Amino acid sequence: MKRSSQLNRRSPLLAIYALLVFAFLYLPIVVLILYSFNRDGVGGFPPKHLTIAWYRLLFTDSAIWDSVLNSLLVAAAAVVLSLTLGLLAALALDRATFPGKSIFRRLVLLPLILPGIITGLSLLMFAVLRGLPLSLVTVLLGHGTALISVATTELFAGLQKIDRAQEEASLDLGATPWQTFWRVTLPNLKLSLIAAGLLIFTLSMDEIAVTFFLIGRDNTLPLEIWARLRRGITPEINAISTLIFAVSVILILVWYQIRTRTTGKEAHELLERP
Amino acid sequence: MTLPGSSQPQAAPIAGSGDVLLEVRNLAKNFAAREVLRHISLEIASGEFLTLLGESGSGKTTLLRLIAGFEQPSSGEIWMSGERLDTLPPYKRRVNTVFQSYALFPHLTVEENVGYGLQVSGAAKPEIPGRVTEALQMVKMQEFATSRPAKLSGGQQQRVALARALVNRPKLLLLDEPLSALDANLRKQMQGELKSLQRELRITFLFVTHDQDEAMALSDRIALLKDGGLEQVASPREIYARPATSYTARFIGQTNLLRAEIVDGVARCGSLCWNATPSNGAALFSLRPESIHLSPDGAVPAGAVRFRAVVRQQIFSGSSEHLELDLSGQSLRVRIPARGPLSGEQEFWFSPADAVAVRK
Repeated sequence: MKRSSQLNRRSPLLAIYALLVFAFLYLPIVVLILYSFNRDGVGGFPPKHLTIAWYRLLFTDSAIWDSVLNSLLVAAAAVVLSLTLGLLAALALDRATFPGKSIFRRLVLLPLILPGIITGLSLLMFAVLRGLPLSLVTVLLGHGTALISVATTELFAGLQKIDRAQEEASLDLGATPWQTFWRVTLPNLKLSLIAAGLLIFTLSMDEIAVTFFLIGRDNTLPLEIWARLRRGITPEINAISTLIFAVSVILILVWYQIRTRTTGKEAHELLERP
Repeated sequence: MTLPGSSQPQAAPIAGSGDVLLEVRNLAKNFAAREVLRHISLEIASGEFLTLLGESGSGKTTLLRLIAGFEQPSSGEIWMSGERLDTLPPYKRRVNTVFQSYALFPHLTVEENVGYGLQVSGAAKPEIPGRVTEALQMVKMQEFATSRPAKLSGGQQQRVALARALVNRPKLLLLDEPLSALDANLRKQMQGELKSLQRELRITFLFVTHDQDEAMALSDRIALLKDGGLEQVASPREIYARPATSYTARFIGQTNLLRAEIVDGVARCGSLCWNATPSNGAALFSLRPESIHLSPDGAVPAGAVRFRAVVRQQIFSGSSEHLELDLSGQSLRVRIPARGPLSGEQEFWFSPADAVAVRK
């Protein structure tokens, strides 16, 4: 505390600069949250009459809640899919030696840096070629493809930290490799699995680019909001956005906590991934 | 067991009950182009406490890991009670290991750790708690049954690791430098406990260490490894009194290496000469510091080799004096019972029987 106040006194310019950056980042969100409680909707500044009417309206809007359910379904399935395939890929990267391993390592990380438009477009073409109807399943495939990379990197980091002597001890005590995997490797990986799952869930919940190409009749929440925006910003959208923001913050905080516990180092550098 | 064409030293008679439990036949291990183990042959008797002693990089841990099944040999075989062992996966070998890092399962309690081996190998469910308690009692850890390993001290973790490895009643227990992480006092105490545990359970122990004092204190026999080869296998007393090589003589205890020339059964080293059996030519002799005696009144036993030398340095260490002698340019280390300061030239002697011819 003392040090930072000294810093402030010494460089007031830096403090102002920092404030401006934070304002740039968070003021729009503050405005959004504020207007979700504004009786007069998006018009009129400053808001004069506060109300929770928009939230009441929101809770009776079944189209929104259908899209929330769709998003939850896709996100949950994306977590299962990405964690399963990501774990297998991470195990291969950590333990197996095979020809082309370094190429595999890069390929597995590719979807992470690939723009969503490319992933979305190529999967759309694939679906059209295979005669696959666009639906939540194609959306799930899209999310899964992009997020396997996240699962792989997270779980690979977790596997690298496991003391291999523990697995040897398990084999030594008579456990088969399969028993060892379930009783020693996976429990040791528990925190990494939860952390990766939370991150994937959050990323899937607010994914737009890939989803946009692959969506069928059923909208996910971000696309439902997008569709409504064409008719102009409504206070109801401010209300749902505020809720999404709150849930995301909670999930990220939980993820951050777990991640700091598993890696023992500051997680802010890990948050910097796209 | 000596294989034709191999230059392995002859193993000393085996201690323990006499039946061979484990037989290592001409075992070799290469990592890439590096030879880590060079054609090792070794027998371990049932009930024996055998120590693999060597510096780091001597191959002792690799030999242990080959027996446990964590590594595959490049050539050679391992047999246990008439059964080929090296072709079995680790979980099918009746061998258990105490790891250097203990490798306890952090997500399981102490009793779950100890019961792990019974659980996975499908022991009868009602039998498990009793055997776990029994194993914990053996290492005096029953009061910590429900603790997590992270809450235990190094010495306590060590005990749990021991109980976990013993609960399966292995025929052979492998211990990979299990005491190296403990402080000196605890180490001494655990040495004593290990030894009495081994006597009580009559389980064969194969113990790896780089500490020669530990090896001497615990073992029925010591197998000294150097650069992946067996240097000598013998009981602690034998290996100390009759080192086969100059390396053994220097690694185990302190010694003076005398470079002598033998002519017609007489060894000559500077001004010293004594009767010796090796054939003519150059020879190397190991003479322990305590084998050289001071002769204050000039009287020496019949047949002794006597010489006069200058006391260059004297270090008092309670019960004994460590002297460094200068014998016409050759330096000799001597240990004699404490007797007060010495100076100048003194008369010393040693018995020719204590000068042991060693290979280079």
